[in-house]
Amino acid sequence: MTTYTLQHPDKGLISYTDKKRYLWLSSVFMPIFPMLGILAYFATGSEWTLGIPLFFSYVIIPFLDWGIGSDENNPPEELVPQLEEDRYYRILTYITVPMHFIVLIAIAWFVGTHDLSVPALLATAITAGSYSGLGINTAHEMGHKKTALERWLAKIVLAVPAYGHFCIEHNRGHHTEVATPEDPASSRLGESIYKFALREIPGAFFRGWNQEKTRLERQGLSAWHWKNDILQSYAISAVLQLGLIYAFGWIMIPFLAVHNVWAWFQLTSANYIEHYGLLRSKEEGGRYERCQPHHSWNANYIFSNIVLFHLERHSDHHANPTRRYQCLRNFDDLPELPNGYYGMYMIAYVPWLWYKVMDKRVLALPHINGDLSKVNIDPDKRDEIYARFGGGQAPTAAAA
Amino acid sequence: MAVYECPGCHYRYDEEKGDEHEGYPPSTLFDNLPEDFTCPDCGVRYKEDFVVLKRVDEESSSL
Repeated sequence: MTTYTLQHPDKGLISYTDKKRYLWLSSVFMPIFPMLGILAYFATGSEWTLGIPLFFSYVIIPFLDWGIGSDENNPPEELVPQLEEDRYYRILTYITVPMHFIVLIAIAWFVGTHDLSVPALLATAITAGSYSGLGINTAHEMGHKKTALERWLAKIVLAVPAYGHFCIEHNRGHHTEVATPEDPASSRLGESIYKFALREIPGAFFRGWNQEKTRLERQGLSAWHWKNDILQSYAISAVLQLGLIYAFGWIMIPFLAVHNVWAWFQLTSANYIEHYGLLRSKEEGGRYERCQPHHSWNANYIFSNIVLFHLERHSDHHANPTRRYQCLRNFDDLPELPNGYYGMYMIAYVPWLWYKVMDKRVLALPHINGDLSKVNIDPDKRDEIYARFGGGQAPTAAAA
Repeated sequence: MAVYECPGCHYRYDEEKGDEHEGYPPSTLFDNLPEDFTCPDCGVRYKEDFVVLKRVDEESSSL
């Protein structure tokens, strides 16, 4: 286990040992977990086993987060530069990229060569989509980095879920507009995940495309030029997915359609829970305040974090977006989700339960303290929310 | 000509080099970047947040 040390002029000797150093291998191998369902099918012949990976993600992981609890590891800020430079961590992300391709091709082979019932086919396609959704997480980690290699790997892995516009739209759009009513990837109080999905998925696509078009136009190029980063990733998607249709037949069309949509919906789910109801205030001059840690919901649960490259330490990520996953820190007094992402997804899929769990948490945050003018509210629910939580406050159009 | 740096992620904009990927050719002055320019790497910091790292004006460069 590597220990990082620094002789600080005021604080003396500072040292940090990353106890999760080898646990990060979980993020590398998580994408091959769906193969266990297929192996169990071969062992037992029962189609029920194909549901094992989904059961693990959406039932077992929330229990592990609840049982194992919070992560006490926190690298000192002074040692973050050393931790950033340790190449071991980035190599793990490199290895994860081919994992996503292997898993999709292997599951496609299984679907294309076995006579499955419709429910088994659907469960397998959702499983594949769920894990390709993790490909967006892998791309997220690498797409924020400054090296050409990592940015290319991000584009390549985004081809698996056919979501090549993600890094552009996320880095340039979401990170700039996060926790504002203008951001299609920040959910509003009173907005269900299903309504959000219909705003987020097309909104993110058009924002990403327009940003790339603007960048290319500055270079004097057409949006359809081969230098378009989005089209480069889509081209890989086309080769991959048309290749699968060619290899395994027409069954791939419904399989890949469900796979793609579910992968996108995993990103939608993450976006939905990461900034629900949070709002940056406007400064004089009309600009929004810079993104602060309290503009993101954090989830400091050890288990789901080690399979997601620390995505859930989201507050530090938005405050320092280029910081590598192993360096992300936890802080006291952050907006904290009551379970890890997978548990919160399950709650989000039942809107009335989500509102019951989350609305009071939004209003209880120290920087909001019941003041609805500091909350990002669904304009269609504004009157209803003021009537329920306003306590006499007059509705404002601040977040409309 | 000057070099500007994002105080958050240390992205550098060198006026002499511009930023080809972003579509800003060499010699594009920082002042001439769009008013809604945000850091291309982190997306957190606005144009007015950038700090001047190094300034090489016409007189000193000709010396």
